[in-house]
Amino acid sequence: MATDALLFYSFAAVTVIGSLMVVTQKNPVYSVLSLIASFFGLAGLYVVLEAPFVAVAQIIIYAGAIMVLFLFTVMLLNAPREDAAEWDRSHPLYRPMAVRIGAALAVLLALELGWALSRATDLGGAVNAVENPTISSVTLLGEVLFTRYMFAFEVTSILIIAAMVGAVVLARKREE
Amino acid sequence: MPLGHYLVLSGLLFAIGTAGVFLRRNLITLLLSVEIMLNAVNLAFVAFGRVQGTVDGQIITFFVMTVAAAEAAVGLALVIALFRHRESLNPEAFTSLKW
Amino acid sequence: MLALIPLLPFGGFLVNAFLGKRLPKSVSGGLATLMMVLSFAIALMQVLALAGMPAESRQINQTLFTWLTAGDFSLDLALRLDALSAVMILVVTGIGSLIHLYSTSYMHEETDAEFARFFSYLNLFCFFMLMLVLGANFLVMFVGWEGVGLCSYLLIGYYYEKKSASDAANKAFIVNRVGDFAFILGTLLTVVTFNSLDFNTIAMAVKAMPEEAAFGTLSLITLLLFIGATGKSAQIPLYVWLPDAMEGPTPVSALIHAATMVTAGVYMIGRNAMLFEHAPMTLHIVAIIGAATALFAGTIGLVQNDIKRVLAYSTVSQLGYMFLAMGVGAYGAGIFHLYTHAFFKACLFLGSGAVIHALHGEQDIRNMGGLKKYIPVTYWTFVIASVAIAGVPLLSGFFSKDEILFETFLEGHQVLWGIGILTSLLTATYMFRLVHLTFHGEERFHGAPAGAETAAAGAHHAAHGHDAHAHDTHHDHGHGHGKPHDAPWPMAAALIVLAVGSIVAGYVNIPHALGGHAGLHEWLTPVFNVTNCGEVSTTGELAGMMLEPCTPVEERNPEEHAGLELTLMLVSSLIAIAGIGLATYLWLKHREIPARLAAQYPGVHRLLLNKYYVDEVYDATIVQPIKVVSTEGLWRGFDVKVVDGAVNGAGYLVSGFSIVLRLLQNGSVKTYAASIFAGAVAVLAYYLWR
Repeated sequence: MATDALLFYSFAAVTVIGSLMVVTQKNPVYSVLSLIASFFGLAGLYVVLEAPFVAVAQIIIYAGAIMVLFLFTVMLLNAPREDAAEWDRSHPLYRPMAVRIGAALAVLLALELGWALSRATDLGGAVNAVENPTISSVTLLGEVLFTRYMFAFEVTSILIIAAMVGAVVLARKREE
Repeated sequence: MPLGHYLVLSGLLFAIGTAGVFLRRNLITLLLSVEIMLNAVNLAFVAFGRVQGTVDGQIITFFVMTVAAAEAAVGLALVIALFRHRESLNPEAFTSLKW
Repeated sequence: MLALIPLLPFGGFLVNAFLGKRLPKSVSGGLATLMMVLSFAIALMQVLALAGMPAESRQINQTLFTWLTAGDFSLDLALRLDALSAVMILVVTGIGSLIHLYSTSYMHEETDAEFARFFSYLNLFCFFMLMLVLGANFLVMFVGWEGVGLCSYLLIGYYYEKKSASDAANKAFIVNRVGDFAFILGTLLTVVTFNSLDFNTIAMAVKAMPEEAAFGTLSLITLLLFIGATGKSAQIPLYVWLPDAMEGPTPVSALIHAATMVTAGVYMIGRNAMLFEHAPMTLHIVAIIGAATALFAGTIGLVQNDIKRVLAYSTVSQLGYMFLAMGVGAYGAGIFHLYTHAFFKACLFLGSGAVIHALHGEQDIRNMGGLKKYIPVTYWTFVIASVAIAGVPLLSGFFSKDEILFETFLEGHQVLWGIGILTSLLTATYMFRLVHLTFHGEERFHGAPAGAETAAAGAHHAAHGHDAHAHDTHHDHGHGHGKPHDAPWPMAAALIVLAVGSIVAGYVNIPHALGGHAGLHEWLTPVFNVTNCGEVSTTGELAGMMLEPCTPVEERNPEEHAGLELTLMLVSSLIAIAGIGLATYLWLKHREIPARLAAQYPGVHRLLLNKYYVDEVYDATIVQPIKVVSTEGLWRGFDVKVVDGAVNGAGYLVSGFSIVLRLLQNGSVKTYAASIFAGAVAVLAYYLWR
């Protein structure tokens, strides 16, 4: 449907442009802020895909918590602008070999995915072909999460504790 | 919208993230690129989940986000520790892991 | 029960090998001798039991276990006592016991540990020799064959600190090995042809086959086996180790190189008589080589100056006789001569040991003489044995040698008979030369009252290799260095028994022509059983190549050739007496003649003295080229360049790689990330392509 297409393309545009700006901005604060914008775009896409919970989680967790953490770190470290002179002096094409190769590989990957997708046959069908009003229900989500994926849920909690402890230990100031 | 479009978008985002990992000279921005990649994957999962009509796609995203958060926390702690050591955020400054 | 015969000496070996250092000499020597005596007693009992069995099935078998199976081929560790091995075990254990007894006295100057070592080797040798003769199949025989070669090496090199002794031991072992290689090939060919190694099985199978008129499989097998026999039994071309083997202690020479080990080749041919009988070409070769060796060795023995060397060449010569007998089909005669030869040759060697003992290590007969009155027991036993070997009538050597010559003549090999007679003359001559120079005439030895201590004699004394019996420490036995003393009682006892044996041993096989029953001959015939001798294969184109068919021995009418036999006996007796007379003339009465002859024909004399330079020829044509190939070709060329090169090269290759690979770890995290990513892309590509 036309509205669908319009929504999709607009949100997609936001996301992509945001990402591109993350990768190209020199000032790290600008990168973080562009990423937040990109996340909003993604949240919109999730809503279109009838996953409101995920969309809200995206905003709260990603854009709200993680990006703020990044900002804090940037501010704390007083991260310098990537030196313009340094950036300019070495024209992208003069970067070390690995970087060049890495970038080339990224392009290659994109092409690869494109080729694969073109070979796949059943991607033509509309995403919301299956009518399922319950799919956006948070209740359903909760039920499935806490029954079928219970174990993974518990393990995740351990993971978070490990991350917390790790972060505290790693960033601690060493007593001289 | 055809599923293919979503997947193309996901792939594109993933590629952008990868390029960022290789091209940026700032550790923090490098981590941000990694976040982009994770989000691309999330998008793909949700799209697939919608096609199949189940909630499994969303549940997986749930876990991915958790892991991403943990990873970001620890990663940033590492960046702070590294910064204290070398006063630089350039990944090329840390080259002692070599023969 | 049968297995005890070899196992008792093996037990003696184990005790002496592991505990010998701590045992006093009387215990270790006594134990070894006791084992041999017990073994002899058991052997005697078994042989008597055997005699009580009917002639057609006269066998006692004992299978210890199945040794190997491969497909439809299987092999047991089996022992078999039949008429032939009965003779052999009695010889080995009987004469072996006497020599053990002798050695307890002869070797008493050694330390406890060395003494025990000697006896352990001696017992081990007897074990292997008994395995050889009792073996029921080729493989058990081969175990014994190799084992006696090993013990020969150990015993020749007993005084291993002396370079000449260890060199001689090496030579013996290596030359034997050449023969053994041929033996193995023969055995393998036997397995391929008959699918069995058991002697009875092979004999039965061969019996059904026609005699080979041309050189076929059987001839090849027998030829290879015979080459093995030339190595072990010192015939041309592999006899060169036996004279050098005299470096070993004298009892060793007596036991191994006179009575037992060197007879293994003869025994082997006797054991496979059926097989050889069907390969007349090989038999021809055997006879010719036997006769040639006999003559050849006899001529060399005539001029040697070391008492043991003369006896060594005599052994080679007498072995030649045995092979001559086997080669003309007179297997019983060959074994008979083996049996009598064991007696008188062992007696001669032990006697020479007593002489050496009496003279405190002197072995050169030019430094002896006039010993008759000092060592009477040794003298008389030595003379008796010499008379026996010369072939004087009524002693054992006469009967056995005569039978060989008679059979040779009868089978139509008059030339070989002539060679045999000539060798007989030589035998009598050189033996009595030895007797005269050693025991008669003027006294030329060290400390002789006639004061033969000239500078020349002294130089000889020092220059020649002594039996290390009286080594660098020239200690005397508590008596003065003056008069030689006779053998102590263990040595004398052995000598006397053997001398008596040399006289009477022949009486078991008095030929019909003299009114006897040819007892040994009849005892052995079922083993050889060459009834197919008269048949000849008549396939067309081979008809012209046939050899004379031999007359089956048991079918021959004993009376028929009595006249011929008596005539030949007379001839050989006259020859023997002529030889003794010649020796007496040249070396007792007119001592100056041999020296004058040597001066007149220096070339011939030198040729004989240096054993026809055979050793030098072998060295130049075989040993040196091998050394050169090994050093230059194999060592410098192959081992250093190729093998070491490959190994070092592998090392260099690895280090080269690592020098390159190490650049991957450049510490740049980006590089690492890039490689991870590249891998992921590759894997993805693979899956997409599938």
